[in-house]
Amino acid sequence: MDIVLQQLVNGLTLGSVYGLIAIGYTMVYGIIGMINFAHGDVYMVSAYLTAIAIALLTFFGVQSFPFILIGTLIFTIIVTGAYGWVIERVAYRPLRNSSRLSVLISAIGMSLILQNYVQLSQGPNQQGVPTLLSGAIRFHVGDGFVQITYLKILILLIAFAGMGVLTYIIQKTKLGRMCRATQQDRKMASILGIDTDKVISSVFVIGSSMAALAGVLVTLDYGSFDFYIGFIMGIKAFTAAVLGGIGSLPGAMLGGIILGLSESLFAGLISSDYKDVFSFSLLVLILIIRPSGLLGKPAVEKV
Amino acid sequence: MSNAVLRKTLLSIAVAGAATLAQADVNIGVAGPFTGANAAFGKQLWEGAKKAAEDINAAGGIDGEKINLIKADDACEPKQALSVANRLVDSDNVVAVVGHFCSSSSIPASNVYADAGVLMVNPASTSPILTDRGLPNVFRVCGRDDQQGDVAATYIVDTLKAKRVAIINDKTTYGKGLADAMKKTLNGYGVKEVMYEGLTRGEKDFNALVTKIRSVNADLVYFGGLHSEAGPLVRQLRDQGSKAIFMSGDGIVSDEFVTVAGGAKYANGVYMTFGANPTSYPAGKAVVKEFRDSGYEPEGYTLYAYTAMQVVADALGHEKLDPVKAAQWLHSHSVNTVMGKKTFDKKGDLTVSDYVMYKWDDKGKYHQLD
Repeated sequence: MDIVLQQLVNGLTLGSVYGLIAIGYTMVYGIIGMINFAHGDVYMVSAYLTAIAIALLTFFGVQSFPFILIGTLIFTIIVTGAYGWVIERVAYRPLRNSSRLSVLISAIGMSLILQNYVQLSQGPNQQGVPTLLSGAIRFHVGDGFVQITYLKILILLIAFAGMGVLTYIIQKTKLGRMCRATQQDRKMASILGIDTDKVISSVFVIGSSMAALAGVLVTLDYGSFDFYIGFIMGIKAFTAAVLGGIGSLPGAMLGGIILGLSESLFAGLISSDYKDVFSFSLLVLILIIRPSGLLGKPAVEKV
Repeated sequence: MSNAVLRKTLLSIAVAGAATLAQADVNIGVAGPFTGANAAFGKQLWEGAKKAAEDINAAGGIDGEKINLIKADDACEPKQALSVANRLVDSDNVVAVVGHFCSSSSIPASNVYADAGVLMVNPASTSPILTDRGLPNVFRVCGRDDQQGDVAATYIVDTLKAKRVAIINDKTTYGKGLADAMKKTLNGYGVKEVMYEGLTRGEKDFNALVTKIRSVNADLVYFGGLHSEAGPLVRQLRDQGSKAIFMSGDGIVSDEFVTVAGGAKYANGVYMTFGANPTSYPAGKAVVKEFRDSGYEPEGYTLYAYTAMQVVADALGHEKLDPVKAAQWLHSHSVNTVMGKKTFDKKGDLTVSDYVMYKWDDKGKYHQLD
């Protein structure tokens, strides 16, 4: 019993991180119909920014954990958001009216550029950040126990808060309305006076900010990273986005959590050797039953 | 002078230049992961090989010719290892290679060197498969995983007296090979492991696996793999409240292990098998001192790479730079190196293995246990 509970906690934290990154894939797909393959690498950049922010803050004498956390979050989210904006500006906007394939190749190129740029500028080694918050809560369940570190609790809280804020922005604010309008019909939206280029830029910034949120949390929790972490994380988050229905915001979050839980439960209860096989089989199964993902809308061909 | 004549003149100067270069130097490749997650090990190999080449050149080179090192980065990727091996052989015309690091790179690359008749002296790959295929040109100056697994299993049973052993590997040639070798000896002692599983290289979240290790009440976790995964694994074990002893092999012998684990607090108490302290040999005292004076600590595989370069130079020196004859020579002669006298058996393995147990302390350093 305690083991199953612990696996649920593991899966939920992992899944909420997948969900945060999946948001970037799903929003960009929703609005311009492209897969932003550089998104995983944006997450990787945010891990490095986290380490830089922590180093800067401790250098200036900030010692208390809440201040470091808030400072790091603000710095990393702003700079990563800037990365997202620049990436869209440099690699995707000039190709706005080209075929989808060109944009796809451009995205893959961007991903390689980011990886190599970080490798060259920061060195190829494993990097680490000091453990800032240690300690854990332990619940006794029957004979065993469930142990959750404070950082894991923080991940869950901040991840869900981030998703909540984003849902509010999309549903209730003017920017959100413009995003939804552009998603439904870009040409019509621009005829009605919406600056769609600006909306697309802001979608990239929002997606990158969510990846930055995940980057800060994961870096604090795992404590180590290298220039290659964006690849596996990107693939997993992309899978989560497809699982939940690409283009759908709640779908990305749901997909992330389902993927995290299924990986954890399968690895924990059956075999960790085949956990990825299981996750991807699940994906195939869901796509057979619901081709547009769990919460995705079926694509209607416009005539 | 017309343009054509000028071009011809320049060309002939260039060709003459290249020819003198080729005559004066003997090209030796140093292959390893200079980028990627294992770049720390690549740096160790390079520092060791470079220093050895400098020392040999300062003493007159091999058979009067200077060593010209050629760096080849395989990133511990088997595919990339094949392509750099082909490059070393085809366009760099190397006669010998010191490398590679990962067994999964060394094994495919060794075939390329065998076909080209290039001598390969390996400083770090411990998979038995490397030498078990009977290639005549392959040697190594480190031990084999079955020897390493023996030492680990014997220590687990005799000294630590662990009863519930969980075995984890990273599903690579090296990691799984090491874990399997340990398992075999462990089972031979009548101890059956409580769990045997693989994890995926490159991932950072092993919480699900850790919970499973907890659920089988393991009192010892043996990991076959590298520090990039061992670090998060040991940290997540501790974060979930497990007190199981953590043991691994020579894949974690780098200070980076402490960084990746999140500090000395987590690395503290971790056991690891590795060759007897390479800096402790009397023959290597002077070289170790020179390394330290230059501000570089010759940790991990640095001296192994130095040794491999010495073996290459000695064998080539005895056979007038003919790599095929040099390989034959090595099968029947021993070489004096900074790590003592090295003798090779028919397969190209060392006749004497030197694995011992190490333990990491609370300051993030490792010490040899008696």
